[in-house]
Amino acid sequence: MSNIQTLLSAFDAIAKNPKKQLDDYISQGKKAIGCFPYYVPEELVYASGMVPFGVWGKTGGKINLAKEYFAAFYCTIAQLNLEMGLDGTLDGLSGVIAPSICDTLRPFTQNFRVACPDIPFMFLAHPQNRKKEYGVKFTEQQYNKIKIKLEEISGIKITNDNLNEAIKIYNENRKARRRFIELAGQYPHIITATSRSVVLKSAFFMLKDEHTKMLNELNGLIEASPIEPWKGKKVVTSGIVLDSPSLLKIFDDNQLAIVADDMAHESRAIRVDVQENTNHPMQALAEQFGNQDYDTLLYDPELNKRPGYLVEKVKKSQADGVVIMIMQFCDPEEIEFPSLKKGLEEAGIPYIKIGMDQQMTNFGQAQTSLQAFADVLSTL
Amino acid sequence: MSEKIPAKIRLRSIVDKVYQNAWDAKERGEPVGWSSSKFPAEIAEALGLAVCYPENQAAAISAKHGGQRMCEHAEALGYDNDICGYARISMAYAAGFEAEEKAMPQPDFLLCCNNICNCMTKWYENIARMHDIPLVMIDVPYNNTVEVGDDYVQYIRGQFDDAIKQLEEISGRKMNEKKFEEVCANSNRTAKAWLKVCSYLQYKPSPFAGFDLFNHMAVVVTARCKLESALAFEALAEELQENVKNNHSTWKYEEKHRIMFEGIPCWPQLQPLFKPLKENGMNTTAVVYAPAFGFAYSNLDELMKAYCKAPNSVCLETGVDWREGICRENKVDGILVHYNRSCKPWSGYMPEMERRFRKDLGVPVVSFDGDQADPRNFSEAQYNTRVEGLYEVMEEYKAKKEAK
Ligand code: SF4
Ligand code: SF4
Repeated sequence: MSNIQTLLSAFDAIAKNPKKQLDDYISQGKKAIGCFPYYVPEELVYASGMVPFGVWGKTGGKINLAKEYFAAFYCTIAQLNLEMGLDGTLDGLSGVIAPSICDTLRPFTQNFRVACPDIPFMFLAHPQNRKKEYGVKFTEQQYNKIKIKLEEISGIKITNDNLNEAIKIYNENRKARRRFIELAGQYPHIITATSRSVVLKSAFFMLKDEHTKMLNELNGLIEASPIEPWKGKKVVTSGIVLDSPSLLKIFDDNQLAIVADDMAHESRAIRVDVQENTNHPMQALAEQFGNQDYDTLLYDPELNKRPGYLVEKVKKSQADGVVIMIMQFCDPEEIEFPSLKKGLEEAGIPYIKIGMDQQMTNFGQAQTSLQAFADVLSTL
Repeated sequence: MSEKIPAKIRLRSIVDKVYQNAWDAKERGEPVGWSSSKFPAEIAEALGLAVCYPENQAAAISAKHGGQRMCEHAEALGYDNDICGYARISMAYAAGFEAEEKAMPQPDFLLCCNNICNCMTKWYENIARMHDIPLVMIDVPYNNTVEVGDDYVQYIRGQFDDAIKQLEEISGRKMNEKKFEEVCANSNRTAKAWLKVCSYLQYKPSPFAGFDLFNHMAVVVTARCKLESALAFEALAEELQENVKNNHSTWKYEEKHRIMFEGIPCWPQLQPLFKPLKENGMNTTAVVYAPAFGFAYSNLDELMKAYCKAPNSVCLETGVDWREGICRENKVDGILVHYNRSCKPWSGYMPEMERRFRKDLGVPVVSFDGDQADPRNFSEAQYNTRVEGLYEVMEEYKAKKEAK
């Protein structure tokens, strides 16, 4: 057990202090590239010899300077990303990659580009018709634009070889993270909601081979531990990001174990692997994006796959219910809520919807709701 | 001399006909489509499919004060009040809540193009689920550069060709090349006539109230591929030419100042919006719809490019350029910016645009909070104060200029 705790503390330290991580990489002579949400092909950054650094807002952050660019009705994740660009937090980065897939990210890309002119800016357009040949080709073309800029910044050519290598490293990391998510569901007495979050979050601030190494060790230790019956209830989380220690503590206090998730920051980001060792690794990366599904941000050609996918997740993980974290002002999540609700209701799965944002300091309402939800689940 | 029907009346009847045509098609058992305003209308038109326009419907419902009711129905279905008001109204209507303000037949297929926003994608998906009907999706990714690259053209072309196939199936007809060309020619002619109409705002005083354009826009949205639209706009341009000659205007007040109105108007509050403008003699001589709906193209590749140039799909620089262009041409001396709660992509550029307008044009810029469809997001008191403020600064600037 002590080894598990040591590893968890190490993950915790990294997740809580990304700035230190960044400074450490820089002092090792490495360059880092900020990767804003969503679906940035980090493999390209890795292949160019740089550190992909996830930037997903800042839990507990304050919006101040970004008000010069956004009215109040924008999600905090976009506003805080801009805030960090403006207040110098992102200064150590040698560039940023900014996707434009939702209606907030469209103006975000423009605002960031003009507000932070000193940070080299890489715009990324993703296609919604991403599965057909023309969609894959478009993705590939956009990734190629990023590739050229990354090569300029790093001075290292992205070749089929180093890209294939990066893909392998990323697949291994995705696999380790998926395994960890499963284990966290089976061993909630060892992995709390809080520690589950820091393990997954730290991946965004680490070179993936380093993260995989630590995580495989942790996974091994967990697997070797005895499974104990869980006295609390089991839930699946859904939403954009859930990394607030105060919110996670409410899960832990109420013995709500997170046994699977549908969070953009967690499972949605690692669901699909990339084909390894091909002669066309760039195309393989584009195809991976084509294979992304079940996401509020993505067009669903089959129109209603997501609720069924979530229902399946609940059944497979033997969860008792779903906690839907709605990021305030996030219209893709909000507009897909009624369909999700319908799907869950039809399957007889209890759920609760909790509003949140990254500036939140008062968790009273979330506390009351989650507690009530835990109580409801215990009576079922 | 025979009585000429005023262009305004002709334009209105064109929109009415679009919806009547859809009802008739429904009655005959033919499929009826719902289309986003900037879906390439050329395809359905050439295939003779009847199409309605939810954005236009939502605007009409809002203007007749049904917006809040429909929004609340949507909220009761679980749609957050944060979602675009047009989407909420439309989803409520699709779910079966009636709107006598502007009824239209329920859809049998959907035409979605997300060039204006990604909200469109999810809104149409939701309706497709409710009715279990096909959705034709043309995705236009956001563009960060002034130029539209070949990658965009190829990608959209691929989808365009697929859309034709899907719609051939839905209509049971084959695409006729000649018909398609004819429709494209009409569309270009309408665009040209529309731009011509808009260009009359450059005259000082203006031969018309720029707010009229918001009404005429319905025609560009719903019927730009029809010859009669081109003809009606051409007739309107002639009337405006007459107005210039005779020193007439549909702006019935003094034209003390000329402003750009930035954004979609608050349809539920057209009267309160207009009131302080007319009282202070502020004519709206620039609205961004002028350049934004003036699609012109001479071949298919250019058509794909034209559909990449929508409000909210172009980069900041192009957006600023469109606006500053019409502000200069139409001699604007102040700008009123609507922070439209419904439209996140649009309002998200506004603070930076405001700064650029001030710097590049040297005119005062004032903003107010509102919503195109949900009346709950507008405060008349705030609006009046802001307009008053704009008026005062414009007067000051004017006095300074005259003193020079
Ligand atoms: S998806 Fe939602 S949370 Fe993410 S940037 Fe867009 S609006 Fe914000
Ligand atoms: S108002 Fe804005 S968000 Fe709503 S449909 Fe139009 S472009 Fe989209």
